[in-house]
Amino acid sequence: MSGLTYLIPIALGMGLVGLAAFFWAMRTGQYDDMEGSASRILIDEEDDL
Amino acid sequence: MNVPAILEPGGEALVDTRLNAPGIRCAGCIGKIERDLPKLAGVASARVNLSAKRVLVRHAASVSDRDLVDAMRAIGFEAQAVGLGPLVADDAEARALLRALAVAGFGLMNIMLLSVSVWSGASGATREMFHWLSAIIAVPVITYSGRPFFNSALRALRAGRTNMDVPISIGVTLATGLSLFETITWGEQAYFDGAVMLLFFLLAGRALDASMRSRTRAEIGALLSKMGRSASVLQPDGSARRVTAELVEPGMLMLVAVGEALAADGLVEAGAGAIDNAMLTGESAPEHVGPGCPVHAGAIALLGPFEVRVTAAASGTAIAQIAELMDQAGQSRSRYVRIADRVSRLYAPVVHTLAALAFTGWMISGAGWHQSLVVAIAVLIITCPCAMGLAVPAAQVVAAGALGRRGLLVKDGGALERLSEIDIALFDKTGTLTLGEPRPDLAGLSDAAKAIALALAQVSRHPLSRGLTAGLLAQGVAPAAVTRIGEVAGSGITGIFDGDVVALTSAAAGSNLLACELVIGSKRSTIEFRDELRPDVVETLAKLKALGIESQIVSGDREQAVSAISAQLGIPGIGGVSPQAKLAMLEGLKAKGKRPLMVGDGLNDGPALAAAHASIAPGSASDLSQQAADAVSVGERLMPVALAVLAARRTMQIVRQNFGIAVLYNLCAVPLAVLGLVTPLIAAIAMSASSLIVIGNSLRLARAAR
Repeated sequence: MSGLTYLIPIALGMGLVGLAAFFWAMRTGQYDDMEGSASRILIDEEDDL
Repeated sequence: MNVPAILEPGGEALVDTRLNAPGIRCAGCIGKIERDLPKLAGVASARVNLSAKRVLVRHAASVSDRDLVDAMRAIGFEAQAVGLGPLVADDAEARALLRALAVAGFGLMNIMLLSVSVWSGASGATREMFHWLSAIIAVPVITYSGRPFFNSALRALRAGRTNMDVPISIGVTLATGLSLFETITWGEQAYFDGAVMLLFFLLAGRALDASMRSRTRAEIGALLSKMGRSASVLQPDGSARRVTAELVEPGMLMLVAVGEALAADGLVEAGAGAIDNAMLTGESAPEHVGPGCPVHAGAIALLGPFEVRVTAAASGTAIAQIAELMDQAGQSRSRYVRIADRVSRLYAPVVHTLAALAFTGWMISGAGWHQSLVVAIAVLIITCPCAMGLAVPAAQVVAAGALGRRGLLVKDGGALERLSEIDIALFDKTGTLTLGEPRPDLAGLSDAAKAIALALAQVSRHPLSRGLTAGLLAQGVAPAAVTRIGEVAGSGITGIFDGDVVALTSAAAGSNLLACELVIGSKRSTIEFRDELRPDVVETLAKLKALGIESQIVSGDREQAVSAISAQLGIPGIGGVSPQAKLAMLEGLKAKGKRPLMVGDGLNDGPALAAAHASIAPGSASDLSQQAADAVSVGERLMPVALAVLAARRTMQIVRQNFGIAVLYNLCAVPLAVLGLVTPLIAAIAMSASSLIVIGNSLRLARAAR
């Protein structure tokens, strides 16, 4: 029973962090260009240096 | 201290410009644009959006749209500046739904966590505490995530109507109220989990539906963005003033400079020039205009300048009206969705009556008002149409995604439904069965002649010149050093090589339609072009036949050319058909009860595409045809046409199954609820099981396009 007093707030807190992360990702446009993000890892940026 | 200012990021006012660049395809394109565009002085950054085929450029105000478009062309991309039209910021609704869904999901997870322990026997102080915790999570979550339903229900009630959102809102509100009452009075059961779960599944359905519709709207936004954003209007005193497109009015006189996109419809009043009307006709050869010629917003001036008397502006232009028509078409729901709406109109009163009857029945039989209310709420919650709301959009989104991966972009759910019903397919020839790109026969040319031909052809935008350029480049030919190259639009390209006059002109009349003539000094040689069939035409027609669909060629091309191809493919073909005759044929077929599919690229197929029961345009078609069609196939292959029909039929099968599952669920669940046997546990299991079965059933469509 005493375990609940900190386990539940931890569980809720983790959920809230996840929710906040999703809102942040949406506001910063990380879902705007899914195809682009998939392709970007293929860009070879070595020649910029 | 007159040090030249060092341009710091943020030191000068930076502005954003969006460019449409349909040619962006891969990581290489992204890298090239993002690396090379900022090399232009004044450009701070460029960011490519591959899904939308757009580039967001942040630059100093001194850099004009035109400079950016030129810079893009220099690195090999056709681009156009995009205005911030009313439809550009169109996905706000989808985003709001997604946020509500995320919040509901969060609430659902945590409340379930607490509910499971209550169901598995937590009692006394632990249960009280869990109920209170659930209440603390559920009330804000329901207030936030429930807004789409509450607002819509309120609107309906104010208008004196009822819709599916009314029983949902009442059910959720009552369940929350009763659960709060139970919590405060230390009662045994709280329905927070049921209420939040209901919202979660309903929001999932709405979010899928919104994502399906915002696709179409993005296309409309792209169409409107082709319109010029501003125009030079000539004042009575002869000076020109730059005004934005919205402020242009009929009767004004616009001065159109080379390279400018027209911002309004009108008649040319003075001057002469040439325009690129590809947006309306798909024909990229320049069209000559002189005094009296009508011109349309969205056309790009290639030669000029000329003056245009505005006849229609802003929302009155042809392009804006087409966009509006499409928007309306996008709003009209498909038949199956309409069935869902009709069901809901029947559904709301039935559910309310059932709940009221259950309440009175239990009151009469002597149960207390508390127990009767619990039963009534259970009826309201358990009958809420989660599975029904998911039945159509889930299936359509999965099928559209599967087709998208195979190169067919479906506009909306209605298109899928109509595609599933077709029983005869009409094909245009040029650009549909064939590639629509003339390929030259280069066998008769010497290497020197090829080099000269390339030097001449590469400066022109004429389709034959482009075909010739592509063909020569594919053979690894390098252009010869031809000087003083000039294009006389309509007749050909001339230049000087080694003191000789060289020219690329249209072939003498009467010969093969697709040919041009290369002149080197006094030597003349003819280059013939052929338009090749798409690589998988035969397989596609066979597949359509296997699906029970007859195919036919209907073309505006000469009878001979058509009969040659129809003999080769073994299907009937008619040549020399005018656009009106095509339209009449389609109407005739429809009158006979047939459901024709029109596949055309549309120099003039636009009306036929719109009139057919369903239509598909190849990606090379004019923008207008692509807008008129239900689906656009990308790439060289024709197979997506057959796959589309196959996938559409499977989709409708799945949609019907989904409705069956939803009805079956209600048939089982309602008696239980009325009899008072539904505890929060049973409600949670029944609702999530039916929704998950519907989603799982829809996911089978991921393989539909194989």
